[in-house]
Amino acid sequence: MRHVLPLLLLAAPALAQEAERPVLRVLTYDSFVSEWGPGPAIEAAFEARCGCDLRWEAGGDGAALLARLALEGEGAADVVLGLDTNLVEAARATGLFAPHGIEAEFDLPVAWEDDMFLPFDWGWFALVGRAGGPTPRSFRELAASDATLLIQDPRSSTPGLGLVLWIEAAYGDEAPALWADLADNIVTVTPGWSEAYGLFLEGEADLVLSYSTSPAYHLLAEGDEGFVALPMEEGHYLQVEVAGMLAATPVPDLARDFLSFMLSEDFQGVIPTTNWMYPAVTPEAGLPEGFESMRPARTLLFSPEEAAARRDAAVAAWRAALSR
Amino acid sequence: MRPDWGPSRWPGRLAAGVVGVLALGPLVPLLLAGVGRGLGAADAAALRFTLWQAALSAGASCLLAIPLARALARRRFPGRGLLLTLLGAPFLLPAIVAVLALLALFGRGGLVNAGLAALGLGPFSIYGLHGVVLAHVFLNLPLAARLLLAGWAAIPAERFRLAATLGAPVGPLLEWPMLRRTLPGAFAAIFALCLTSFAVALILGGGPRATTVELAIYQAIRFEADFGGAAALALLQYAVGGAAALAAWRLGRGVSLGGGLGRPVERWDAEGLGARLVDALVIGGAVLFLLAPLGLAAWRGVWALGAMPEAVWGAAGRTLLVALGATGLAVTLAVALGLRGGALAQGAGALPLAASPLVLGTGLLLLVRPHVALADAALPVAALVDGLLATPFALRALAPALAEAEARHGRLAASLGLGGWRRLLLVTLPLARPALGFAAGLSAALSAGSLGAIALFAGEGQATLPLLMARLMGSYRMEAAAGVGLVTVALALGLFALFDLWGRRARA
Repeated sequence: MRHVLPLLLLAAPALAQEAERPVLRVLTYDSFVSEWGPGPAIEAAFEARCGCDLRWEAGGDGAALLARLALEGEGAADVVLGLDTNLVEAARATGLFAPHGIEAEFDLPVAWEDDMFLPFDWGWFALVGRAGGPTPRSFRELAASDATLLIQDPRSSTPGLGLVLWIEAAYGDEAPALWADLADNIVTVTPGWSEAYGLFLEGEADLVLSYSTSPAYHLLAEGDEGFVALPMEEGHYLQVEVAGMLAATPVPDLARDFLSFMLSEDFQGVIPTTNWMYPAVTPEAGLPEGFESMRPARTLLFSPEEAAARRDAAVAAWRAALSR
Repeated sequence: MRPDWGPSRWPGRLAAGVVGVLALGPLVPLLLAGVGRGLGAADAAALRFTLWQAALSAGASCLLAIPLARALARRRFPGRGLLLTLLGAPFLLPAIVAVLALLALFGRGGLVNAGLAALGLGPFSIYGLHGVVLAHVFLNLPLAARLLLAGWAAIPAERFRLAATLGAPVGPLLEWPMLRRTLPGAFAAIFALCLTSFAVALILGGGPRATTVELAIYQAIRFEADFGGAAALALLQYAVGGAAALAAWRLGRGVSLGGGLGRPVERWDAEGLGARLVDALVIGGAVLFLLAPLGLAAWRGVWALGAMPEAVWGAAGRTLLVALGATGLAVTLAVALGLRGGALAQGAGALPLAASPLVLGTGLLLLVRPHVALADAALPVAALVDGLLATPFALRALAPALAEAEARHGRLAASLGLGGWRRLLLVTLPLARPALGFAAGLSAALSAGSLGAIALFAGEGQATLPLLMARLMGSYRMEAAAGVGLVTVALALGLFALFDLWGRRARA
């Protein structure tokens, strides 16, 4: 009895806390919270320190987060995690987000300043091919070769839009001409990343538009060294995934705590081998062995405002060139 | 004036109202949200391509279905019943499974190109309009064949006997009039289905040339959160699909595709060696074209079953629940619509064919959002949308059988004072049981195989099988996805076979 009583006394507040743990709702894309994604480990680590209940609200893929936000408005969640740089302007325009007030140093290839959105991971878009297959060193060389390529539609897919902005950033006024030259290399255009990548794995083309980290998945998760990301002379367009807190959240302090936690070791450490992207803050232990198979010489990225301004014209040029 | 012993008109009117509200109601809040974009040149091009590919696909499916249905109608062979069930499979496949299955046969690394290479011939590319049509024929030829087969089965055996006795030609006298009645409906149904196809069209179409209106809808909702624009495009699809359905309804009236499939009719006109050979070639060719890609996909899926995540079983359970919910709705609506028929029922039965599930799902979620959490609404909304989309097929399966039951026994039932619910449960439905089983099987399988409306809104622990498959593919796990794809197809086909078998038992 002497041993049990203190235990009971200790347990009582814990039980009380259990009943009134505050809830933090984080809206994200569904692969983030899948059993093979970063979600489960992050939830456990954050709940261990916050005394709260972290609830994921998964809604479609990254591109659909905006639709979900528009549908649900200010009650959608406390934190939204997984918006892509190209959607940031539209997300800001909803007026739903609040400044995060967090100062942080990032390990990004570009400077990042934004009072509403904090990056949590990033990656370069890249053409992925097979070891021993064709490896053009630029888009011009690819267009002149007979290597085949699978891409995604910029109207329905984030990487697809990334490629259009990539060509736009690299070629400017000459982008439509380059698309016209690339047209006979492009086997087909798929609605999303997974169809293109699936077709590539089936051997439907030499190359596929994906990420520079894709070979790392095959190497680290499957032990397959047969895939390469092609370094392009034009440089590589960057994708940055960001999170922000909603102004209407009833738990602003908790939301801010989560955003701070997002940049900590416990969160960032699981990103490379679960989300297969670069962590926004490199963990102390560094990146996993073999994770970085290709580092571009140059990084291309439009600011969110510029991306929003150029998008429609760039997509129209892409469509016109490939429709011929 | 209709005789007064017929069934009441109110169930049909009520069901037509429900269909109308479900098909059009969700557009209202979307349109009220404001239309962010007008229809541009790109949309006009998309509409042209959409119409063109849908017309070609429906035409090719119907033309090829004629010899196939004729062969299946006049031949009996071991495994014919099993073949009829399996022939339903492509129709029920998730789009991406169908595409990968076709690529295993016709793709750059597929069997056809391997064969061509062995013969020293150049590679065949499936990408282009021909690829889109090929895929749509693969998906819809079985449906067309089944619709026409029902037409053949509806020709009374006595007529064939009479024709044989008189030495009269069966083709122009019996088969052609039947086809004239059946083909327009089959064409319109497949045309409407192909209108809303977008993943298949885009992937196999080879680029933005092959953009359909549905892709513009997808873009408006996902990328631009332009719900009003999506709803406007959905109305355009309704208008086109509705026009096709109206034209078909005027050209020919529907025939049963439920009853009388069990036994082929005795055919004295088709006993010659030539006819036998032609039929054997047709059936063999169809089996090869429809089942070889499926076999290849299944073979890969079997080896991937071990790679599936734990989540597959929960997803299978949810898929089953959604499918059963959708089946209940579709069959109820179809029975109510089919009891008395008429123009209203025809219209209500055709409307959902051209519906965009994404638009309906989004609109419904917008409607329930103030009252229910999205996460709680996702699965019921999925069942509702799936049920609505399956209603036209359930109606096509049921209406003729219900009409026949009423025509044969309605007067007697009425004279015995049997009306309303009791007549429906004691006389009409038992008589229509084969069609009922087929309708339920079709609805359940369609729902089980569809990614449906919830893809964008299902939360944690709410994935159905097709959604789980999409998620696995989205995380590099193509092998596990192939396994889940196989489970999906097995579940869809299993549900279809169970209901269909239950229906066919009635005659045994």
